[in-house]
Amino acid sequence: MTYLRLENLHRDFGTVKALNGINIDVGEGEFLSLLGPSGCGKTTALRLVAGFDRPNAGRIIVDGKDVTNVSPNKRDMGMVFQAYSLFPNMTARQNVEFGLRIRGKHRSERGSKAGDLLELVGLGHAGDRFPHQLSGGMQQRVALARALAIEPRVLLLDEPLSALDAKVRVQLREEIRRIQLELGITTLYVTHDQEEALAISDHVAVMYGGVIEQMGSPAEMYTTPATPFVAEFIGTMNRLEARVVDPATGEVEHAGLRLHVDAARQRSAGERVLVLIRPESLEIQAAGGDANGGVDGNVFRGEVITQTFLGPVTRVKVVGGELALTADMSTARAAALPIGSSVVARVPSGDLRLLSLPEDGMASVGVDPDAE
Amino acid sequence: MAPSAYLWLGLAAIYFILPLYATLAFSLKKNVAGAPCCTLANYSWVIHNSDFWHTIKVSFVLAIETIVISLILFVPTIYWVHLKLPRLRPVIAFLALIPFVVPPIVMVVGLLRVFQGTPHWFYGEPWGFLAAAYVILAFPYMFFSLDAGFRAIDVHTLTEASQSLGASWPTTLVKVILPNIRAAALAGSFLALAIVMGEFTIANLAAFHTFPIFLQYVNESAGFPAGALTLLSFMITWAAMGSLLLVGRRRGGRGAMIAGTR
Amino acid sequence: MADESRFVTLASNAAAPQALRPDVTSGRRRLPLAWLATVPFFAYTIAFLFLPAGSVLIGAFQDNENKATFANIRLLFHHPYIDAYRTSIEISLVTAVLGAVFGLLIAYAAIRDGTPKFIRSGLTTFAGVAANFGGIPLAFAWIATLGPLGVVTTWLRRAGWDPTEHGFQLFSKTGVELVYMYFQLPLMILVIAPAIDGLRKEWREAASNLGAKQWQFWRYVGIPVLMPSLLGAVILLFGNAFAAYATAYSLTSGTVNIVPVLIGAYYTGNVLDNPHLAQALAFGMFVVLAVMMLLYIPLQRRAARWAK
Repeated sequence: MTYLRLENLHRDFGTVKALNGINIDVGEGEFLSLLGPSGCGKTTALRLVAGFDRPNAGRIIVDGKDVTNVSPNKRDMGMVFQAYSLFPNMTARQNVEFGLRIRGKHRSERGSKAGDLLELVGLGHAGDRFPHQLSGGMQQRVALARALAIEPRVLLLDEPLSALDAKVRVQLREEIRRIQLELGITTLYVTHDQEEALAISDHVAVMYGGVIEQMGSPAEMYTTPATPFVAEFIGTMNRLEARVVDPATGEVEHAGLRLHVDAARQRSAGERVLVLIRPESLEIQAAGGDANGGVDGNVFRGEVITQTFLGPVTRVKVVGGELALTADMSTARAAALPIGSSVVARVPSGDLRLLSLPEDGMASVGVDPDAE
Repeated sequence: MAPSAYLWLGLAAIYFILPLYATLAFSLKKNVAGAPCCTLANYSWVIHNSDFWHTIKVSFVLAIETIVISLILFVPTIYWVHLKLPRLRPVIAFLALIPFVVPPIVMVVGLLRVFQGTPHWFYGEPWGFLAAAYVILAFPYMFFSLDAGFRAIDVHTLTEASQSLGASWPTTLVKVILPNIRAAALAGSFLALAIVMGEFTIANLAAFHTFPIFLQYVNESAGFPAGALTLLSFMITWAAMGSLLLVGRRRGGRGAMIAGTR
Repeated sequence: MADESRFVTLASNAAAPQALRPDVTSGRRRLPLAWLATVPFFAYTIAFLFLPAGSVLIGAFQDNENKATFANIRLLFHHPYIDAYRTSIEISLVTAVLGAVFGLLIAYAAIRDGTPKFIRSGLTTFAGVAANFGGIPLAFAWIATLGPLGVVTTWLRRAGWDPTEHGFQLFSKTGVELVYMYFQLPLMILVIAPAIDGLRKEWREAASNLGAKQWQFWRYVGIPVLMPSLLGAVILLFGNAFAAYATAYSLTSGTVNIVPVLIGAYYTGNVLDNPHLAQALAFGMFVVLAVMMLLYIPLQRRAARWAK
């Protein structure tokens, strides 16, 4: 059941269309992330929901009521900002109590509620500290407690973890999710970190250029990206521009090499497509025998040219002729295939995805998903 | 724009502009009561008044003298402090606040007493007594400007590089350091200019004839020409501050500071 | 010029990108030599700042035979001297508080969201220039506005309301206060603008998001955060007005009874014939200003801490 609806939102700044017709439904108790690079419009959308900005067109509906023209202090939403939002002249506890104080709650009630929430975010002992005495992570926890204190209908978070250290980020995002599940609050979360969004959300909406590229569960976004942008933005993906040769056999041609792609059977001959291969789908083995960069079914021969240690997983780059592929494997296995080894890469025809490409357009949208 | 913003900005505009308009109106009035506007006779009176030129010259030369002495005194000192005696900097910064506690009216009392017996070329001449006092008046503004300028450059590296190339201290100071703090020095100088051109208190109590003294004399004796004169003196202050802002903006300097001619 | 710039370029290029470090010299012998270079500066300030200031301090406690006495200081507590202090303090307090309040309102109006940027920079520019108005020209400008033959006075008279009949007099304490605002307001604007900038947008939005109305934000967050800067500004404005001489002197031809004018009277009008009394008056000013200074410094530190 939809609790929060963004209906056909448009927001222009002069000639720039920051939001170009956004439609999002968030179910009650659902955690939805708006994911995208800087300038895609995700923060603009969030601020419209919060009421700090008005749309040029479209509506925002909460629990069946149109709040588009309601001022922000009456929308009953809790917002966690990216940074610097704690009131510097108040202690953590006073910050958390602020919303309750405005609502005229009694001192004892405020105190006990604030105490509970500070405990919930793990800061029961730090209530009397001032913001400048708290670390970045602690400040954001207080900000979360403060937003939750008013028991909002909707929780909004604007890249709350961007300004924090990597380790704190991972820790805190799990806590945010845990608390959200415990309280069952409908949540809208904005981030540019795709790993973060995929890790904690019920649904993800990938945005680019003011529109939603794709919306779905994290698994859907990962395994079946719907557009080249999403394919590039989410995770790492091998992308091969190809042309369909024979739909009957699912054969496509890329840079002189032939591949078999099950999904190509639904396409017409001559159609331009983008072949997507996830690094973990590639099976790499040491080559036995000759090492030319030839192709045999979905078997590629090549040479390991780089290895990137990522902890439990090592990312290996294999080059054979015109083809360069990125493959992920366990670090133990990668140790057996040092740089310079001749290898064979295999990928089942069913593990390859296809996306349509315009006849003259570029496959890449110039976004580096690994850039922070 | 918020309605209350219109209100306050509007009121501010009226308050600040009215006196300026009134001065202009007065400066263009004929010396006969009730006569219709307008005449440039008052401006003519000012331009043809020898005292006007004399006192402007005195004040201007005084300003230049003050600036020169200030620069010669403060630039090497602040440079040296930044380079070798960083612990002294807070001391000097504190000293720069003293003139706030010892304003001109208090300072002149002490100055007149201490230097009473000194020879006439110092005590009786503006180039001596007044300039000496004005350097102190300009000191805080000079200090904050120069200090900001020195903080913006890497004094150590420039000095060491210059010395490694064989330059002596004076050469380093003049050819390497000075060009790099030029904007700060100019800013401080324009402030000093504004201060000296408008300083009345010390000049009045010590009985020297500077431009502000002349202004006051005209105010007391000749009403309408005073308007023209006042406007001209505004122009001078604005020109100084305008140059200051231009210099500051070009080098991205700090905002204009407040000198005192109250 | 070309010679200069060549040298600068050479030096800058030769400069290795090393970390900044204080000049570490070997042994103690070097230190005294380094201090030597600051002698001219200290000698100058001693001669022309400390000596005069000291002489005022000492002279305040001497009589005409240079014997130590409290007589002059005691005299300060009698008429008309105590009145002069009272008037001085009153004018300074009034213009400081009013200057702070209205300066804040004007500065905020110029800086807040919604106001075009050019208004803010225009106001700051004007304030920078106007804070240096003062003294004789300013006095005349106001005489031309609200004096007996002033432009505004004439307008009001033509409209049927004669200010002088209703007790308004420019050459009075009230007039001085009105005129002082002309340099107090710009000073306030320049001083408080950075503090207003320091009011983060996130605080406003967070407060609004949590249900606060405009005035509640100001009451619970805005004003408390600004308070150290506000108090510091009031003190600054107080000192500024307290020490002012030229404007009041010119405006009232030396008739308003404030301390600086009283001191000036000794030197210009031979009204006082006891130099030590003038010095005592100056000493009294010094004490008031020193107290202000002692209040100001910790406030500045407080304000800086919250600006983080």
